[in-house]
Amino acid sequence: MEKTKTNYSRRSFLKSTALTGGGLMISFSWLSEFAFAGKPGIPDVGGQFYELTGYIKITADNIIKIFNPNPEFGQNVMTSLPMIIAEELDVDWKKIVVEMGPHDNVKLGPQFTGGSNSVRMYWRPLREAGASARHMLMDAASQTWSVPLEEVTTKAGTVYHEKSGKSGTYGEFASKAAGLSIPKGIKPKDVKNFNVVRHSQKNVEGTKIVTGKPLFGMDYTEEGMLIAMIHHPPAFGMKVKSFDAAQTLKMPGIKDVFTLKLYEDGFEQAGFDTRSFNDLLVVVGNTTWEVMNARKKLIVQWEPIGDLTEKKNNFGRKQDVVIPGALESSVTQYKKMQDKAKEPATLLRKDGDPETAFKNAAKIIERTYTAPFLAHNCMEPMNFFAHVKDDSALLIGPHQAPGWIEPTVSKILNLPADKIEIRMARMGGGFGLRAYGHYVVEAALISKKIKAPVKLVYSREDDMTYGIYRPMYTATYRAALDANKNLIAFHVKGGGIPESPIHQNRFPAGAVDNYLAESWEIPSNITIGAFRAPRSNFNAAAEQSFLDELAETMGKDPIDFRLELLKRAKENPVGKNNEYDADRYAGVLQLIKEKSGWGDPANKKYSRGVAAYFCHNSYAAHVVDMVKKDGQPYVERVFSAMDCGIVVNPDAATNMVQGAVVDGIGNALYGGLTHKDGVTEQNNFNRYRIIRMKEAPKKIEVHFVQNDIDPTGLGEPPFPPVFAAVANALYKNTGKRVYNQPFNNDLITKKAF
Amino acid sequence: MAIYNLKVNGQTKQVDVDPATPVLWVLREHLNMPGTKYGCGVAMCGACTIHLNGNAVRSCQLPVAAVTNKEITTIEGLSANGDHPVQKAWLELDVAQCGYCQTGQIMSAAALLKSKPNPTDADIDAAMTGNICRCGTYLRIKDAIKVAAKQK
Repeated sequence: MEKTKTNYSRRSFLKSTALTGGGLMISFSWLSEFAFAGKPGIPDVGGQFYELTGYIKITADNIIKIFNPNPEFGQNVMTSLPMIIAEELDVDWKKIVVEMGPHDNVKLGPQFTGGSNSVRMYWRPLREAGASARHMLMDAASQTWSVPLEEVTTKAGTVYHEKSGKSGTYGEFASKAAGLSIPKGIKPKDVKNFNVVRHSQKNVEGTKIVTGKPLFGMDYTEEGMLIAMIHHPPAFGMKVKSFDAAQTLKMPGIKDVFTLKLYEDGFEQAGFDTRSFNDLLVVVGNTTWEVMNARKKLIVQWEPIGDLTEKKNNFGRKQDVVIPGALESSVTQYKKMQDKAKEPATLLRKDGDPETAFKNAAKIIERTYTAPFLAHNCMEPMNFFAHVKDDSALLIGPHQAPGWIEPTVSKILNLPADKIEIRMARMGGGFGLRAYGHYVVEAALISKKIKAPVKLVYSREDDMTYGIYRPMYTATYRAALDANKNLIAFHVKGGGIPESPIHQNRFPAGAVDNYLAESWEIPSNITIGAFRAPRSNFNAAAEQSFLDELAETMGKDPIDFRLELLKRAKENPVGKNNEYDADRYAGVLQLIKEKSGWGDPANKKYSRGVAAYFCHNSYAAHVVDMVKKDGQPYVERVFSAMDCGIVVNPDAATNMVQGAVVDGIGNALYGGLTHKDGVTEQNNFNRYRIIRMKEAPKKIEVHFVQNDIDPTGLGEPPFPPVFAAVANALYKNTGKRVYNQPFNNDLITKKAF
Repeated sequence: MAIYNLKVNGQTKQVDVDPATPVLWVLREHLNMPGTKYGCGVAMCGACTIHLNGNAVRSCQLPVAAVTNKEITTIEGLSANGDHPVQKAWLELDVAQCGYCQTGQIMSAAALLKSKPNPTDADIDAAMTGNICRCGTYLRIKDAIKVAAKQK
């Protein structure tokens, strides 16, 4: 796979690729990802390709290849991003070849999967790339035929000149077009004329998935490749003191046992340079099973790390972070959060005079919500292949943001970035965890040490107990009502271990005259990271449960109550920096009200819970319909409304929302990770409960608001409000409000920890 | 180490491995059939589901020594061209998100339909409860099983 690294700015990447883009022979590597969009399978594609922007290559025989730039972790970008290019390029979707692009931020943009950004950050660049390439092909035809460019048209991969009756495939003009400079300011299509985008297209990798083809990092293998596993300490706050590997080394297939440091002392960690354990006890052997088995024979003495200071450089924000060394337990953590919540906190936002309003209130409602650590539990455990040589490194595997980890790998291996090739494998889930880099660096260091190609494999237990969890959170919400039950003040004070969840500029900020948001944090050696809609996934659960209880106290319908607040936020917003658009927020509530038959007596047999939320520039609302099944509360039906602007691939987007609903129900009811003396108490699926088919709803009906707004986030926004919709339905179903996740435990024990 | 002759997808394959080696790893790393996935290693997620004499079993807890003289079918051998009714239904409904668990789901579903060609919802729940899908595609999996049942 070719790699062109230059110092061109991002702005010029289209141009640079056109100039350097002569033909080249493509050879497909074992793991390279490509498929005909319309005829899934493995096409035998070879020959001379001409490059028209970094995203598009065409042969003289009119084989049109489109590169997906962004890592695929199940959000279906392998299909949706090429669809955007195909739309503007004007090609027959069924005939194009889609291939995973190389990691090349100059040619292919930022290349990260996170923050529900894939479609929204690539929307304009990909439309531009497709439209520009089409224009270049038309230009080439106009020159060849000596006809005015304005008279040249295209349809489905063919260029036409109607007056003269001339026509030719894109392939016929690809060579000439590749030599032209990239035009500027080509107007993309009117969205009303889309015929690929907004039309459901099947996953281009569907056939490979259902036939078990090697797509994932875990599946990667090559001649001479060894397997490595790391024996992590049994508890957060511990490290290796000494080890005896004599028995391990006697086991069949075992090559070596050694320790390595992930980061040298004083290493400045970038934002995604995580580490839960710095001293790596590594076992290397021929096969995964042999290494897994031999690892059990290690005799290790562990010792406490003690307090340590980490140097962080989070996208330019430098700070020294003190990590406490004490072994932590969930019970004491919960107590610590309760105590900390009573102390003065950091003021995040204040509108009006909340203190006086609370003083004068006729009624105050106060409720506290908690949530435990959550493990991402991607179905494919962490792994990465590395082959580090003296002058180059090849890294292959599942990662959400190779461009974020490459500078770190470069620094640690002391190799320039252009000597490091990262190939992006399809990921067996990510959920935020695979944006972090420790396992990539670990694989690279191990390969460097053993001077051989190696695949680092985490067992499920390694994966679940490694950390980078959704943080532990709590928040106390207070509302002040006057004698007429009007909402006069709103107060949220929240914090977490080790990160606060509070988004101070989100609803209902902007809708209440007197508003106060405060925040605090408690440091910890249990590591955390982004987890599908970070912070939002707790805020929505707490705030939207609180609003439900508030509406009940005020004698109002929960949807109407929210709509009233949003009307206020739109007509006469309080304060500045309100992040949300009140109209779009109200839009999903109105849509869900209609589609769920909210007032329909026929739905009285259900315990109904509603919730909505804004995040990642999108809006989501759900109505959850609960019944009793075998004596237990069961979510039988869900109605979902989403406003994420233009929906690129409707059926796949529906799948994504349905998945978010199932994920939300599962985590709300069952998700939770606890610790005792630093030890993670759940290390596999026999102890960590994941929602299963019989617990999933029978029906999830998804409705998208129809508008022509450029796409906003989709993967994360529908997830957070599910928690609250479930909590609100549980109240109707059981008569009991739940405040502590996971709700299943709260229903039984009233204690989350 | 010991030599085993295994019947995999209708062919005899010879491997030289430790008798305790789970079939999962024999398939993935000795026979180069990575369609059977590692998810948990404790038979709790179903990603490693194969057919043993036609029944769905978790290959991560199944020692190779226990499967000699038994017919093993993996996702690679479920159909010659990826056209088993279950695979076709999966494509028709575009079930997968990340796709990692889906081969295991398909193997469980195919075994179910063999024993119960017209399964009820309860049959499907019972047969599929051992297969986790972290992306939450359960509704489509269930619908695809029903579509496949009609195709048969």
